[in-house]
Amino acid sequence: MMEDLLVVKGLETQFFTYGGIVEALDGVNFTIRRGEVFGLVGESGCGKSVTALSILGLVPPPGKVVSGEIIMDGENLLEKSEKEMQKIRGSKISIIFQDPTSSLNPLFKIGYQVAEPLIYHEHYKEKKALQEALQVLKDTGIGDPEEKIKNYPHELSGGMRQRAMIAMALACRPDLLIADEPTTNLDVTIERQIINLMHILQKEYGTSILLITHNLGVVAEMADRVGIMYAGNIVELTDVHTIFHNPKHPYTIKLQKAIPSATSVGQELEEIQGAVPRLINPPTGCRFHPRCDHATSVCSKVKPREVEIGTEHMVACHLYG
Amino acid sequence: MITMPMLIEGEDVTKYFPIKGFMREIARVHAVEHVDFFVEEGETFGLVGESGCGKTTLGRMMLRLTTPTTGNILYNGVNIYDLKDHDLKQFRKETAMVFQDPYSSLDPRMVIADVVGEPLAVHGMAYGETRDDMVLKIMEKVGLKSEHMYRYPHEFSGGQRQRIAIARALSINPKFVVLDEPTSALDVSVQAKILNMLNRLQRELDLTYVFISHNLDVVRYISDRVAVMYLGQVVEMGPRDAIFENPLHPYTQGILVAAPKPDPDARRDVALMGEVPSAVNPPPGCRFHPRCPERKEICEREMPELVEKERGHFVACF
Repeated sequence: MMEDLLVVKGLETQFFTYGGIVEALDGVNFTIRRGEVFGLVGESGCGKSVTALSILGLVPPPGKVVSGEIIMDGENLLEKSEKEMQKIRGSKISIIFQDPTSSLNPLFKIGYQVAEPLIYHEHYKEKKALQEALQVLKDTGIGDPEEKIKNYPHELSGGMRQRAMIAMALACRPDLLIADEPTTNLDVTIERQIINLMHILQKEYGTSILLITHNLGVVAEMADRVGIMYAGNIVELTDVHTIFHNPKHPYTIKLQKAIPSATSVGQELEEIQGAVPRLINPPTGCRFHPRCDHATSVCSKVKPREVEIGTEHMVACHLYG
Repeated sequence: MITMPMLIEGEDVTKYFPIKGFMREIARVHAVEHVDFFVEEGETFGLVGESGCGKTTLGRMMLRLTTPTTGNILYNGVNIYDLKDHDLKQFRKETAMVFQDPYSSLDPRMVIADVVGEPLAVHGMAYGETRDDMVLKIMEKVGLKSEHMYRYPHEFSGGQRQRIAIARALSINPKFVVLDEPTSALDVSVQAKILNMLNRLQRELDLTYVFISHNLDVVRYISDRVAVMYLGQVVEMGPRDAIFENPLHPYTQGILVAAPKPDPDARRDVALMGEVPSAVNPPPGCRFHPRCPERKEICEREMPELVEKERGHFVACF
């Protein structure tokens, strides 16, 4: 078995707003192993991105990690000072965001932006860093990289910008790359190219990826293991084949049936009754119980434990003990 | 199969958007070029393509929201750009559009009763209490409740806002509705509800839909006939199953393979290379030839016409 790279235990992140406390993460547990792609899937507002920000120590106020542990290389990231976290961000853990347009600085050339983490973390001289940046950009398959390093972000297309973002994130060869909806704004043919690129680079650089997405298609293509999130909890966690061929949690099953596919043509799509709950005052017990077809009286009272129901298959549901 | 009468028909429709320099046009965006299409009464016509391929512009032209540079669009056999006065008003009463982003398409300062009832007032179809009754009826049809009537758009979730936008479009009891990416901003579970609702409303109200989307799964699910657009042109058009099971154009084949499928064992084939060229300066000949895996010499020189290869299945490729 592969070695554990990052272990998240009992992570609780809350936002202290005037309207009340938003319990965005309600005890999240998962492990990312070396060299794997771990997919975190869920609908908007389920806490996927807050998980990523918690790992990086970037939860914006009024949010705060209130308990839990995030262990990397034997150290708890939550106990690190801001200065120590700055050394980790961009060198050991880096992130690519959904929207490459707003996450690149419009005032700096692409080459410099890709070289910057090398200058900051590896203390490269600018010239050497730029050479290295050129190399990384070449790896991302940008056409004509010698020209592109002299371009500003607005001169590149969406797909090219996302390639530049990936180059920036990989420049210091991080152990963990967090990809937050990396292909959501891209067209299908470009999305395909970026997915293939991330596959290749992951092999080449040996980076683990935490893939955050709402798109089950992207997860099926990229992830080795998958966690399904609902309202601040991981409700099911297992390898990608089991998630798609033998899902156990009612939410996982319903979510897959809600996607239109070749077989659903001419039939009604499966609906999940109700709406995603507001986390200021989340449902008691299992947070999915108001929308679940199998809910019993225990579901509204007791939060389900995370149960191992098979090898490496965790489900948090009262149906399974 | 019984062929239904044609409701909307486009003949050689072209739209250029000028790019203005100093007091003159310096270039033009070839948004839609030489497009022929038809929509049959009672069907859902899916329009797919990547961003910038002209699908929204084409959809807007079908409703006379954008004027084509050249070409005609016929509604029930009459050119909609020749309509005047009463006839134009009648056309506006029979057609409606639902926009992509339910966050920007609803006026934040109007309560839902006014948002949904405004088209009724504009067309002088109902006032006062009758209007409120009609608004409530249509709101119930899309799954909204009477207590929602005097709330503002910001109080609703994305899925509910899209319901409101649909209620507004359907308030005047139209025959023809253009839906521009109506579920793109929504989560899958909400999307499923909206798609089911659109299907139900179509049956109940005898609607004809043009459904614009970049999501192939959604278009396949909801459409009866599909047109695939690339860089301002329709490259393939035909019945849904013909397009998805037997795609003839290399671009259609390319995007069908490229789309990520929710199945870890699905085949992963090579993608189309390169990117969509700029519509300001599109490639000569077939628009798709620089990226086409099967290009021939003729593709660089001549533009292929949309021809019927099988019954009802049109393709523009040599």
